[in-house]
Amino acid sequence: MTQANKITGAEIVIKALIDQGVDTVFGYPGGAILPIYDELFQQKKIKHILVRHEQAATHAAEGYARSTGKIGVVFVTSGPGATNSVTGLTDALMDSVPIVVISGQVPTFMIGNDAFQEADTVGITRPCTKHNWLVKDTNKLAETIHKAFEVAGTGRPGPVLVDVPKDVQFASGCYTKKNEIKKNFIKKDPSIDLNMLDEAISRLELAERPIIYSGGGVINSGRSAVNSLRNLVAGTNFPITSTLMGLGCYPASGKNWLGMLGMHGTYEANMSMHDCDFMLCIGARFDDRITGRIDAFSPNSYKVHLDIDPSSINKNITVDAPLIGDVSQILSVLLARWKERGSKVNEKKLSAWWKSINNWKGVQSLGYENSSSVIKPQYAVQRLEELTKSYNRFVSTEVGQHQMWAAQFMGFEEPNRWMTSGGLGTMGYGFPASIGIQIAHPTSLVINVAGEASWLMNMQELGTAVQYQLPVKQFILNNERLGMVRQWQELLHGERYSHSWSDALPDFVKLAEAYGIKGIRCEDPAMLDDNIREMIDYPGPVLFDCLVEKHENCFPMIPSGKAHNEMILGEQTEENSISDDGAVLV
Amino acid sequence: MSLKLKKGVNKQSAYNLRDPNLDYEAAHTLSIIVDNESGVLARVIGLFSGRGYNIDSLTVAEVDPDGQRSRITIVTTGTPKVINQIKAQLNRMVPVHEVIDLTIKGKAVQRELAIFKVVANGNQRVESLRLADVFRAKVVDSTLKSFTFELTGTSDKIDAFAELMAPLGLKEMARTGIVALLRGDNSS
Ligand SMILES: Cc1ncc(C[n+]2csc(CCOP(=O)(O)OP(=O)(O)O)c2C)c(N)n1
Ligand SMILES: [Mg+2]
Repeated sequence: MTQANKITGAEIVIKALIDQGVDTVFGYPGGAILPIYDELFQQKKIKHILVRHEQAATHAAEGYARSTGKIGVVFVTSGPGATNSVTGLTDALMDSVPIVVISGQVPTFMIGNDAFQEADTVGITRPCTKHNWLVKDTNKLAETIHKAFEVAGTGRPGPVLVDVPKDVQFASGCYTKKNEIKKNFIKKDPSIDLNMLDEAISRLELAERPIIYSGGGVINSGRSAVNSLRNLVAGTNFPITSTLMGLGCYPASGKNWLGMLGMHGTYEANMSMHDCDFMLCIGARFDDRITGRIDAFSPNSYKVHLDIDPSSINKNITVDAPLIGDVSQILSVLLARWKERGSKVNEKKLSAWWKSINNWKGVQSLGYENSSSVIKPQYAVQRLEELTKSYNRFVSTEVGQHQMWAAQFMGFEEPNRWMTSGGLGTMGYGFPASIGIQIAHPTSLVINVAGEASWLMNMQELGTAVQYQLPVKQFILNNERLGMVRQWQELLHGERYSHSWSDALPDFVKLAEAYGIKGIRCEDPAMLDDNIREMIDYPGPVLFDCLVEKHENCFPMIPSGKAHNEMILGEQTEENSISDDGAVLV
Repeated sequence: MSLKLKKGVNKQSAYNLRDPNLDYEAAHTLSIIVDNESGVLARVIGLFSGRGYNIDSLTVAEVDPDGQRSRITIVTTGTPKVINQIKAQLNRMVPVHEVIDLTIKGKAVQRELAIFKVVANGNQRVESLRLADVFRAKVVDSTLKSFTFELTGTSDKIDAFAELMAPLGLKEMARTGIVALLRGDNSS
């Protein structure tokens, strides 16, 4: 290639992103990434959203990615810009969200000198990315960025980072097109183990007490995985539950739906998991929030596990039939073979199983005592659900009790509609995520169900919402407490409420007004519906301060170290409900 | 056909029916083919430290300059479940091309190289030289007061030699850690 064909590293970055079909970048500029921002300024194809903190850029990119199925892109500068992105990268790694972070770095000849705003970004982010690269040669820049997208989006998705020193951005080099790179670095999906699959199918046909337990992997696998899952449920009439990450794969209104499982899952879901004799785990990973006490987890079941990541197999729970591969492919083969064999299930036993399940449903484990004088948080979420479910709606959450209530009381009919920080449990996720979602879906109703403490962690993003006129609805269940922490202290630490209250809270309505947006406060259950409608109807961003009961606990709950069939259903707090062994668990 | 008993203590049985091998820790030698790119060793080591796996021995060098591939040989200890996790986690890494568990795959040749400095006079000096001969250690440097021996062999052999040299004036030693390949005509 002649000198004339060369372009600068900064131009290469933008060109590569356009080549990858990127239309939106979330970011924050600084010295080490200025050449790239300069290029950004001189083009029209990529829209840049200026956040107010780099952590928010990563969560916004996550919200964007998870609500669209596309890859989220972030620009940050070196040093503090890069270190601020670490929480979002870790969050994306835990929840398998594909994002690409491009970070500026000090020039190559200054690396290692403790230069101004130098940090070992590749070193710091190595354990919190799927892979990362430091690009020292402008000629390799395009190729590396294309690889980064490939790695982020294939197999089990996840975050990647490309660190680009400033001199590499300024220098000229050759551009490599997206389709010109070799893909030999991509791990091939293993072929499906058909013997294992047939064995699993024959167990499925005989199962007396089956359950399907699905997770976020189904959403990541895409629409056809979701459709196959729904066909499987319809064809077998098996009950289905899901992890926090998988909500929406099977519609909440579907007749086989048992609700979410796990620590704050429904009684029927957890009891079915415990008592089943056949478990089909699809795109979930037996996380400790799901299993409870490992050695008492579903003791009598034959377990089939579909997962694209071999390291998820037998990590926490030893399974009988691991099936490694893309969920959509395995499910379609499974369905085809099962149909070939006559679409059999053990109908007689199955109807007896449904009888037990319906008895468990009768317990109404999500029940709570409502009040006419104070807004119960569950009631607030229920009303929010009722008044918004008919909308084209996306929901994000922060982390805490409000998150669990949202998971329990909101119904999701479709995947990619529910964005929450599951694996890392990152307070401060929801607000920036809602911004990313709204950017991707400008005309949809985007609601962040928040706790006041979490929301404050990234409240600076009000500026972003205002600047881009994003009508995000921040629905804060304000209990003036770090509610989930308070609940644990009540149940585990002798009601010693060490630093779990939210002191010196702002006046949220005035805060909204200070930013020129709408603030609504509601403390009267009778006003709730009207106020929620007002929030929905308002065309701009709304900060909704919903003052709720301060001491409500989130039930049902499987205390740490307990089994699924030892869950606490309500306020009848049992003596010593959590053992010393359990107390060390988080 | 095996009895349809569930693994683990359960209602039906007072005995622990867990697979006894599940908790049995054993050393495994893993041969890992990686891209020879900067940071690859840090990634592999970071995986072990981050997830709490053991490293008993580690060696690394480029073995295919054309393909820019290196071979990392790691000896690690763990239960079968942990060893499987280690292999699966390694296989997830982008620059890792192959993970071969030499302990499972068949017989492997395992060797270490060590250098010993022995400072001694008189009989001790003669004895160290005699023992070195028995072990087929080579003298690679000497002064009037010292010998430097080079020894290649299994880790056991090197341990044994070190033990013998200790009372004979062993001052310091350096060893490479294990390198290994499968026996036979199959490449691993
Ligand atoms: C960044 C971060 N710090 C600390 C925690 C621990 N934590 C989990 S829930 C919680 C309280 C959240 O309070 P709030 O947002 O008001 O929600 P609530 O539980 O009251 O609904 C805390 C401190 C966390 N998950 N994330
Ligand atoms: Mg709170």
